[in-house]
Amino acid sequence: MSSTTDASTGRAQIAARTLRTDRWWLPPLANAVGLAAWVAYATVRAFMQDYYYVPEYGYLTPFYSPCVSTGCVPEASHFGQILPDVWWLPYAAISLPFLLLFRLTCYYYRKAYYRAFWLSPPACAVAEPHKKYSGETRFPLIMQNLHRYFFYIAGLITLINLYDAIEAFFKPGGGFGLGLGNIILLVNVVLLFAYTLSCHSCRSGVGGRINHFSRHPVRYKMWTFVTKLNTRHMQFAWATLASLAITDFYIMAVSAGWITDLRIVG
Amino acid sequence: MSESTGSVRADVTQGAAPHTGEAHTDENIEQHDYDVVVIGAGGAGLRAAIEARLQGKRTAIISKSLFGKAHTVMAEGGCAASMGNANPNDNWQVHYRDTMRGGKFLNNWRMAELHAKEAPDRVWELETYGALFDRLPDGTISQRNFGGHTYPRLAHVGDRTGLELIRTLQQKVVSLQQEDFKATGDYESHIRVFHECTITELFKTRQEGDSTAKIAGCFGYFRDNGRFVRFDAPAIVLATGGVGKSYSVTSNSWEYTGDGHALALRAGATLINMEFLQFHPTGMVWPPSVKGILVTESVRGDGGVLRNSDGKRFMFEYVPDVFKDQYATTEEEGDRWYEDADNNRRPPELLPRDEVARAINSEVKAGRGSPHGGVFLDIASRLKPEQILKRLPSMHHQFKELADVDITKEPMEVGPTCHYVMGGVEVDPDTAMSIVPGLFAAGEVAGGMHGSNRLGGNSLSDLLVFGRRSGLHAAQYVDSLGAAPAIAEADVSAALDRALLPFSTATDGGENPFQVQQELQKTMHELVGIIRKEDEMEMALKKLEDIATRTRTVSVSGHREFNPGWHLALDLRNMLLVSLCVGKAALERQESRGGHTRDDFPVMDSDWRHLLLVCSALGEDNVELTRKEQIAMRPELFDLFELDELKKYYTGEELGGHRADHGSAGEGAS
Amino acid sequence: MAESTSHLHHFKVWRGDDEKGEIVDYPVEVNEGEVVLDIIHRLQATEANDLAVRWNCKAGKCGSCSAEINGRPSLMCMTRMNTFADDEPVTVTPLRTFPVIRDLVTDVSFNYTKAREIPSFEPPKDLAPGEYRMQQVDVERSQEFRKCIECFLCQNTCHVVRDHEENKENFAGPRYLMRIAELDMHPLDAADRQLDAQDEHGLGMCNITKCCTEVCPEHIKITDNALIPMKERVVDRKYDPLVWLGSKIFKRSGA
Repeated sequence: MSSTTDASTGRAQIAARTLRTDRWWLPPLANAVGLAAWVAYATVRAFMQDYYYVPEYGYLTPFYSPCVSTGCVPEASHFGQILPDVWWLPYAAISLPFLLLFRLTCYYYRKAYYRAFWLSPPACAVAEPHKKYSGETRFPLIMQNLHRYFFYIAGLITLINLYDAIEAFFKPGGGFGLGLGNIILLVNVVLLFAYTLSCHSCRSGVGGRINHFSRHPVRYKMWTFVTKLNTRHMQFAWATLASLAITDFYIMAVSAGWITDLRIVG
Repeated sequence: MSESTGSVRADVTQGAAPHTGEAHTDENIEQHDYDVVVIGAGGAGLRAAIEARLQGKRTAIISKSLFGKAHTVMAEGGCAASMGNANPNDNWQVHYRDTMRGGKFLNNWRMAELHAKEAPDRVWELETYGALFDRLPDGTISQRNFGGHTYPRLAHVGDRTGLELIRTLQQKVVSLQQEDFKATGDYESHIRVFHECTITELFKTRQEGDSTAKIAGCFGYFRDNGRFVRFDAPAIVLATGGVGKSYSVTSNSWEYTGDGHALALRAGATLINMEFLQFHPTGMVWPPSVKGILVTESVRGDGGVLRNSDGKRFMFEYVPDVFKDQYATTEEEGDRWYEDADNNRRPPELLPRDEVARAINSEVKAGRGSPHGGVFLDIASRLKPEQILKRLPSMHHQFKELADVDITKEPMEVGPTCHYVMGGVEVDPDTAMSIVPGLFAAGEVAGGMHGSNRLGGNSLSDLLVFGRRSGLHAAQYVDSLGAAPAIAEADVSAALDRALLPFSTATDGGENPFQVQQELQKTMHELVGIIRKEDEMEMALKKLEDIATRTRTVSVSGHREFNPGWHLALDLRNMLLVSLCVGKAALERQESRGGHTRDDFPVMDSDWRHLLLVCSALGEDNVELTRKEQIAMRPELFDLFELDELKKYYTGEELGGHRADHGSAGEGAS
Repeated sequence: MAESTSHLHHFKVWRGDDEKGEIVDYPVEVNEGEVVLDIIHRLQATEANDLAVRWNCKAGKCGSCSAEINGRPSLMCMTRMNTFADDEPVTVTPLRTFPVIRDLVTDVSFNYTKAREIPSFEPPKDLAPGEYRMQQVDVERSQEFRKCIECFLCQNTCHVVRDHEENKENFAGPRYLMRIAELDMHPLDAADRQLDAQDEHGLGMCNITKCCTEVCPEHIKITDNALIPMKERVVDRKYDPLVWLGSKIFKRSGA
């Protein structure tokens, strides 16, 4: 029983855990389903160790970038091969954990999963089921404060994704190429940048932490820009989940030969 | 009286002294002992309390609602102070002149002088308390233009300046409490807020020999649990705001029942200028939830027009002769003015406030009003939706959020709304003390400062300047006293009895206070409203006599915890007393000036300028009116004006002292 | 303007005190254009003369009439009746996080206690009144937070205290954490507030689930603009060795 329905505190005695009459349970449910589905898909793909590269056009899925396992096809390994090829180690094991941690500690995702999975709270003014609550003051949740480090690393990885997207315009066999896959890769990278730059830690770092914007006009401009992006951080968070899955699925489908890439040039 | 903080008297909570022979001997009265008690926690009250505490006095703040909810938050425009940030030509003399002109020279000129001189310091002081006003590019406080002010003068924060003011003062009180906590271990050792507490009576010492009766304390109840409380204090500052709730349409909140005005009267103090009430011509009349809330004048300035139920732009019928040359006679010409103001005359919707209000009043009385007793203010058919959204975003928002009315699609219903009372407790301009020793008043409850009409922006500066002065002089008064004045226990019993009267068997069969209140509001609204006539006011006074009887016998049922009926029953007698003052003074003053418009005496009369109408109480529900001469303005202040201007307001013999008479050119006046 | 219409609406109002209470059914007349507070006042003037309710400005500017309407923390004066279907019952209950006094009135002293625990604005020592110079861009962030009308809906909704009475002691609540952010971002405030925000006022308890922002009638972005930036400033000081190191070096070179 939470304090909301507890009579001993002098509060109005109302037995119901909430009197909300709207479908308050729908958003957390939708979030839970969406996040779980994505994680399931991503897990399967990360360990699949196949269909991650399209040799004809140089498409590398972001789920395998950078491809640094000795199991990677050499053309896909733009940054060397340093990891052993074992079944339990994803080929991009050097980047995936940090991307996961970046999103896990993201201020938006925190809200989403605290509500959807932890039910803390499930929705506003709906009592949560936990007896005790200490928020982000203790281990492990105090680690959420490390968000900015994962942001720095995620920024680097997004640069690698950008490299991949540009590299894909130059066919491994030589010559410029442009197909639907290139466009998908590019859109994905743009969205990844939007999501990464709209991060709350980024907003604080570029200017939020200073008190005299007027003395730092450039940082103020950067802060203003990031602030604009930041208001859409949630949208970018979901858009990138979608774009990552779509990009990966498209490359998997082309790579597996289920479909052929729609070519525009070359 | 204690001067050092170490020797303060302790709060005592105990049963009241025995009321032998009284029916309520079991009634426990909480008792507190303070140096200064401030009644009212709006801008003036908080500023007074801060000052009293800074002077080392143990201070109580009494608030009818929660701490920080005062009506001051409704002030939008700004706080007038001649800081000269936006225009370096501004100075206190210009502000002084503007204020006197606005008040039609009926102002207490010394108050206007102090106000103009001290306002900048009071605003700057707020910044040291943490206020964040809007800024100019050079980093100083931004100042905006407002009606009647020669230069941009109003310090502001968007359109929520009142909120900024109240929050800043509230936070300053908290900061003083934190200092006291560091020194004494008790946040409330020197300044304490008693919220949701209503004061029903002031106590004075009994008159002995030739000593005058002085303030000794006050009595009230806590709204939440109905417990009674008495404060023993040698100095009381009234800062209770205005009287708007005596009218059925008002921009004022429920608290504005004229408590301070009535408390002062019953304690033997006097009120002046009670005939002057500011009505805003366009308040919302519909929907009911927002009745009375202001609709800014810029709606008309941007092209909004007033129509009656026939769809007619009636303002063309109401252009007085003196304005005939300045205002358009056809709709076509009026419409052209918005585009080309130089070659066309302005539309009559932009006549002065009282003219517009008078016209709306006449249309409604002639049966051509809107369904809810106003007229239509139409901007939807005049501007494109995107223009309305761009020029009047806050109005669009206000109607959309509060009323679900889309002003880009439908007309608003508007009518005059009671906004501000210029009249109030007659005080010494320098000390803010009334004629009762120990009783001070500041802010809207004090009279004189604004004369017959207040300029926008002058209320926030008024409450800061005189709030501080009242707190300062209350502290000095306490220092000058010898022994602490004692409350007569019999007075406490009487106050207790009176407070419980609505529950007693003596009122069995009495009316529901809500009904009596409605009747009172209707009477004042219809008969002593914006346009006044002798016969109507006489009728109003007759009705008030009847309402007085009914007020004494209103009855309420139930418990004392947060019982709105009981609260109203007690507030009602304040509203009645104040209404009597307004009615009698309005009947007496046979001219039109500022916030007092007589249909039967439509022009301003210099012979009335120097006369003040002073109200004093005759018992609980009657008042007496006397005339009093204004003190003549100090010569150097008088000389700030040109003789030509003064001639419009002053009688010939009053102009004798002007510099023009002595042949000197003088300086300063422009 | 449409013809005004009225209908009978099913209201359910919590009546009671700190010992017991129940939801009481009232059929009550509702007219076009009214808000929930109007209906409560109608009940007061008719069949429930002693129904306790706290209100003041009726214009969404004072923040007095906070309550829970169909379970959602709201201002009664800002909740229009036409947002409900004619046959949809309207349940009005007091704020559930604070002790109830009677009916819809709660004891909100928790908030005033917390307000006193936040150190006040500390004016710069070297500036006299009238000498303050601040740029608009430097005051705008704090100005947003100063729009707060102190309705305490955020304090009421925040699950940290709503669902865990025991946290009240160590958690200032969104309104007062926002107050810390307001002062911390004030260009002239001389106090150091970041460590205390975490250590004394419970910023770490906030799990940024944003209900404070959702219920704010002033539409202040409490979470995004106050709480998260404040958390980041705390990280600068407590959890970021790089920034810490940088500040040490900077201080040394500046000395």
